[in-house]
Amino acid sequence: MELNWEFFWPQFWQACQETFLTVLGSFIFGTIIGLPLGIILVVTRPGHIMENKAVFTVLNTIINIVRSVPFIILLVAIIPFTRIVTGTSIGVAAAIVPLSVFVGPYLARLIENSMLEVDKGVLETAYAMGATKFQIITKFILPEAIPSLILSFTTATIGLIGSSAAAGAVGAGGLGDLAITYGYQRFITIVIVITVVLLIVLVQIIQSLGNAWSRHVRRKRG
Amino acid sequence: MIKIKNVSKVYPGKPPIHALKNINLTIEKGTIFGIIGFSGAGKSTLIRCLNRLEEPTEGTIHLNGLDLMALNEKELRKTRRKIGMIFQHFNLLSAKTVFDNIAMPLYLEGKKKKDVEEKVRELIDFVGLTGKENVYPGHLSGGQKQRVGIARALVTDPDILLCDEATSALDPETTKNVLELLRKVNKAYNLTIVLITHEMSVIRDLCDKVAVIDNGEIAEEGSVYEVFTNPQKTITRNFVNTVLQNEVPSNLSKALTNGKFYRLIFLGERAANPLLSEVSKRFDIHLNILYGSITELQDKPYGNLFVALDGSQEESRKAIQYILENGVDVKEVIPHGA
Repeated sequence: MELNWEFFWPQFWQACQETFLTVLGSFIFGTIIGLPLGIILVVTRPGHIMENKAVFTVLNTIINIVRSVPFIILLVAIIPFTRIVTGTSIGVAAAIVPLSVFVGPYLARLIENSMLEVDKGVLETAYAMGATKFQIITKFILPEAIPSLILSFTTATIGLIGSSAAAGAVGAGGLGDLAITYGYQRFITIVIVITVVLLIVLVQIIQSLGNAWSRHVRRKRG
Repeated sequence: MIKIKNVSKVYPGKPPIHALKNINLTIEKGTIFGIIGFSGAGKSTLIRCLNRLEEPTEGTIHLNGLDLMALNEKELRKTRRKIGMIFQHFNLLSAKTVFDNIAMPLYLEGKKKKDVEEKVRELIDFVGLTGKENVYPGHLSGGQKQRVGIARALVTDPDILLCDEATSALDPETTKNVLELLRKVNKAYNLTIVLITHEMSVIRDLCDKVAVIDNGEIAEEGSVYEVFTNPQKTITRNFVNTVLQNEVPSNLSKALTNGKFYRLIFLGERAANPLLSEVSKRFDIHLNILYGSITELQDKPYGNLFVALDGSQEESRKAIQYILENGVDVKEVIPHGA
């Protein structure tokens, strides 16, 4: 089938915008979910500042369960919830809900790892200075973890781009949707090629930016 | 003043580990108190009990009359702000500049940068880091990092300063400089310093009082002079011998069979030679110098002279009496294998 390029480009541009909005929205809501969960995962673990075995075990298990559900299944499974939140199950807003639910626990894990890299001596020092538990998290652990957190958020963003394309399969809009409608359903291979190339470039750019930023912070600190 | 009474610490487990056993120590205000021991002896646990980074299982600790064990969490945080601490690995915040690292304890109290400017700059000058305010710790040498650590510990005008192996990660020259700075801190602020170390040279160069900790117990305690010149326990002797030649070298003692051996201990400005030649002239004895060493103990020259004394019992006694009267300590030495 021939592709009407004049008709295609505006659609392509709109798909790019939709992908951008989807990723941005999911990133924001995912962070709102993931950051507190990640912090709780760190501080409630045995031997840490707010050790709580029950909270840690429950949270750890829930995150493992959510993380083991393939995104495409999660997406379908929580459609009723998505409807409650957004009133619809298609479009950008509807894609942000499952993507946030998906990336939140993922981010929590990444944030947990970044925070655990911080030297235990810093915690001891904070205590010795008379810092409160809240101050230990906000003034000691998180600032120390920033170079690693930047890389974690970069990884999560890239994960989101991939999953947002998958969300296209259920009419979420964006580049994935475009690739499926034109390429898969109408056999216009060139659309798949363009989309995939764009995604590859996008991922490369984000990863490079994340690496450069993290390196910049590390280098500044010496 | 710090009063540690009957402090014990047991880590639960199978079997439980008795890290500290019934520790009693009194540390007077303004002294530099050293606690020495091998790794695993309990010194780390002990110093951490002083700001309750470790909770003693039993016993009480009073700081200027304040019962540390009776404090709730909030009171403890407030008290900790008056207990400075420095660490073997410095534990500076890599995310903060030298200025902000030093100011951190004040920021925690809610103070703003402009409120603390004067105090922090004064300390930066005091520890000799003028001009490094905006440098990140990652760009500093080990010695400079510990100076930041010291300034940070002093910024709240603490009552005591705890030093956790503060020089163990530093080379000898830097160690010397940091120890000098600690002595300057002690003099300038009349600040009580409690330090733990496994290096006897740190005790020798810095401390007024020393406690030797072995297997969770205080093996020996006293003034540095007392402990260095007359150690009672084997572990203490071993520590002392790492920095002072207090015992007859074994090859010498094997070679000697005649006469009695004495160790003459000179502290301060006493000159050894005139006294000895005088003793030889005055009394009918033979004095043979076998071995000698001079080091510094608490900034004063400290000499150890091993002599063999040959002569009648009466003359020997008089000679020793005379040496003692001249302010030189005399101890009889039993050579190894004798």
